[in-house]
Order: sequence, then structure tokens, then C-alpha cells
Amino acid sequence: MKFVDEYRDARAADRLSHAIRRITRHPWSIMEVCGGQTHTIVKSGLEDRLPPEITLIHGPGCPVCVTPMELIDKAIAVAMRPEVIFCSFGDMLRVPGSSRNLLSAKALGADVRILYSPLDALKLARRNPERQVVFFAVGFETTAPANATAVWQAEREGLENFSLLVAHVLVPPAMAAILDSPDRRVNAFLAAGHVCAIMGYREYEPLVERYRVPIVVTGFEPLDLLDGVFMAVAQLEEGRAEVENQYSRVVRRDGNLPAQERIAEVFEVGPREWRGIGAIPSSGLKLRGRYRGFDAEERFPTAEPPAEQPGDCIAGLVLQGIRRPRDCPAFGNRCTPENPLGAPMVSSEGACAAYYLYRGRSENTWTGI
Amino acid sequence: MCLAVPGMIVSIEEEQGLALRRGKIDFAGARREVCLSFTPEASVGDYVLVHVGFAIGVVDEAEAQRIFRSLEEMQIAEELKGLE
Ligand code: SF4
Repeated sequence: MKFVDEYRDARAADRLSHAIRRITRHPWSIMEVCGGQTHTIVKSGLEDRLPPEITLIHGPGCPVCVTPMELIDKAIAVAMRPEVIFCSFGDMLRVPGSSRNLLSAKALGADVRILYSPLDALKLARRNPERQVVFFAVGFETTAPANATAVWQAEREGLENFSLLVAHVLVPPAMAAILDSPDRRVNAFLAAGHVCAIMGYREYEPLVERYRVPIVVTGFEPLDLLDGVFMAVAQLEEGRAEVENQYSRVVRRDGNLPAQERIAEVFEVGPREWRGIGAIPSSGLKLRGRYRGFDAEERFPTAEPPAEQPGDCIAGLVLQGIRRPRDCPAFGNRCTPENPLGAPMVSSEGACAAYYLYRGRSENTWTGI
Repeated sequence: MCLAVPGMIVSIEEEQGLALRRGKIDFAGARREVCLSFTPEASVGDYVLVHVGFAIGVVDEAEAQRIFRSLEEMQIAEELKGLE
């Protein structure tokens, strides 16, 4: 596939690994923010191509993994209502709530459907006027314009049986929270390319200045990630801290302005709870006044007891890069993708599941060998 | 979750009333309808990056070669060093 295969070229990867080795003098820890990047790194065995001085830390960048248990419980309570068609991206179905997940709610009779796009939920609402269609709006900035558009369009069409259960999270505040942590180990970030396709990278400029930490906007293919590591190590070794753009084929400094306008029209920034990390101020999105009628939390009030994390799970530490999945006593025995104790074991973009799936045997994703 | 796939625009349709812009996108043979409202500058033949049914950006063909250009420059620099 064009713009995919060429970035999996094994020979170019060798040259980049060689270049990284050549410039590396000191030990550095580099965090890739996005779970999609974690997936590529583990799947293609990129860590084996790096010099021993470089440690990649897998960040909190999986919206599925950071959706709080309380919200999963709320989703299940809404989905169990007989009039509701509950729609979600597939990844969310196995995320554990306090007593069950959405998949087992479906087995109990809830009408839960997996959709590819929020626009498909609109179609369902038009076709089923006697039902209530609720879409689980999970995601980072990448997904926010799509979810915003679904509500925006529902409002214009006067579609009254559609609503969103909003669990949107924002990336830069989480990066600031990681940098503020007393356990901070991160020397540089690879920023999530698709978040930046929407938001650009102006937001990172104050972070770089405040924390003196290099941030390289990076794509998702193996060569992109090696190139991002190269650019980050070059900055670290030269004592620079700047925002650089590795993913220039897609990302511009200002981002996608029409998409940002749509987000700002429908959503406003608010505090958000991150599973395993806790509350982070101004790190989430909620529906703005004009669109609040589309908020499933207001349409279907539920009283749920506060949820608790299962005792063994160290997901919070894993998501902040303080511990690795293999450090978890439950990893691979009591906690597996079939029976996840914590969210990072659910989605293949979660660090725990990525390690479990590709443990010790990276898949051959390379071309040109 | 933030997965986005590049595909080529085959056709574009504008719907004035809802200010919607839609298009058919070819993903290495498979075709899909995609919302193009966030890529007003894109035209037929351009590659866009598609996420949950929405084009989120146009792929810049010249920039797409940047990584290979810098690899070549690195190679040349090293060869020159070897000659010194
Ligand atoms: S392996 Fe399972 S229990 Fe351990 S941190 Fe990961 S998700 Fe939590």
C-alpha cells in the first residue's frame, strides 16, 4: 500500500539503526505517547534495533486503557436499558468494569453494537426512531472531530434519539502530568502523529520550554519510529530541546483548522479522570451548552457505586512508564487478553497486551528483505 | 485507536445544505465512502489519511520522501568521511 509499505523497508531501517548507534553516547529514556506506536514498536521488534543505551517507555496513549472504570460501569448501565442501542468501537467491549464488561452485558441481553464510525450510529438512529441510540465517544484529539460531527449533524437534523457518552481525553495535559511526576524517567517524547494531524504542534512549544524536554512528532510505521528516535537522540546528545516534526507528510504546525473548529463548536475542555493515573485538570472534553441535550450521562442518569481497581493491577504505573508490563505479577498468568484484569491488557495498543501478543517473537512486518 | 489509513480520493460529492463533503476512497483496491469535510483542499487523485470514516489530513507527496532523502544525505556524509 502506498505511503505504508515504503516505511517498512528493512534496509532503510538498518541504516537508521546504524545512524542511531553512531550518535548515541549516553543512556536515554524516550517515551512514545501513543498506543498505536507502542503496537508497532513491539510488533516489529524495534527495541532490538536500538543500542542498549536507549530505553523506550510506553506511554499512556491508549484512550481505551485510560477510560475510568466508573464510566465503563455507566456505559453498561445505559446499555442494559431496553430502549437503548449502545454503539462503540470494538476495543471498548472487553474493558473490565467493576463487575462485568460490555461484552457480558451483551450476553445478558443488552443491544450492544460495534461500529466503525460515529456516522454509522447516526444512520442507526435515523432507521430506529423508536429506540435510543447511544455512542460511546472514546478517543484522543484524533477522534474528537468525528464524534463532534456526529452530534453537530444530529442537532442540525433534529435527531432526538441520538446521544454521546463522552470519554474524550487530551494528550498534552497528560504529558505535562508525566513530566511533573516525581518518578519522572522520561528524557524525550515521541508525540502522537495523528493527534498532531488534528491539533498541530504549537501546544508542545510551551512544554518544551518549561521542561527542557525534546518532543518529536512521529508517525506510525517502523521507519517513522526509528527516525523519531534518531531525531530525539540527536537533540538529547546535542543538549537541544525543541519541537521537531518527523511526520511532515501529514502534520503541519497549525494542524487541521476545520477539524479544530468543529471540536471547539461542540466540545469544551474540562477535568477528566484517567484510569490508573487519576484526575488531570483540563485533560478531557465535554459537550458544550448548546449540545448538552445530546449528553447520554444527562439523558440516562445512573447511580453507580464508585468503582475500585482490582488489587493486583499496576496499570497506573505501566501507563506512566514507571514500571514495565513484565514487572506485574499478574502479567501473562492471571491477566491475559482473554481475561484482562486491567485495561492495558485489553486493546492490542495497550502496553500489556502488546507485550503479551508479541512476547519474544516480533512479527515480520518488514519489506524488502 | 488512533489508527489512520492512507487512501486515494476517487470521487467527491458536495452536499450544500448540511455543508458536507463526501468522497469515495480507494484503499489498495477496497473502496469506502469517507467524510471529506475536514480536507476542503483535497481533490481527486490526492491521498488522504482516514480515521473512523473521516479524512483527517492530506498526505504531502514531497514530504513523504523526506526520510529517504535524509538517509541518502547521511550515507553520502559517511562516505565522504571515509574518504578523508
Ligand atoms: S498485566 Fe494485567 S494486571 Fe498487570 S498491569 Fe497489565 S493490565 Fe494490569
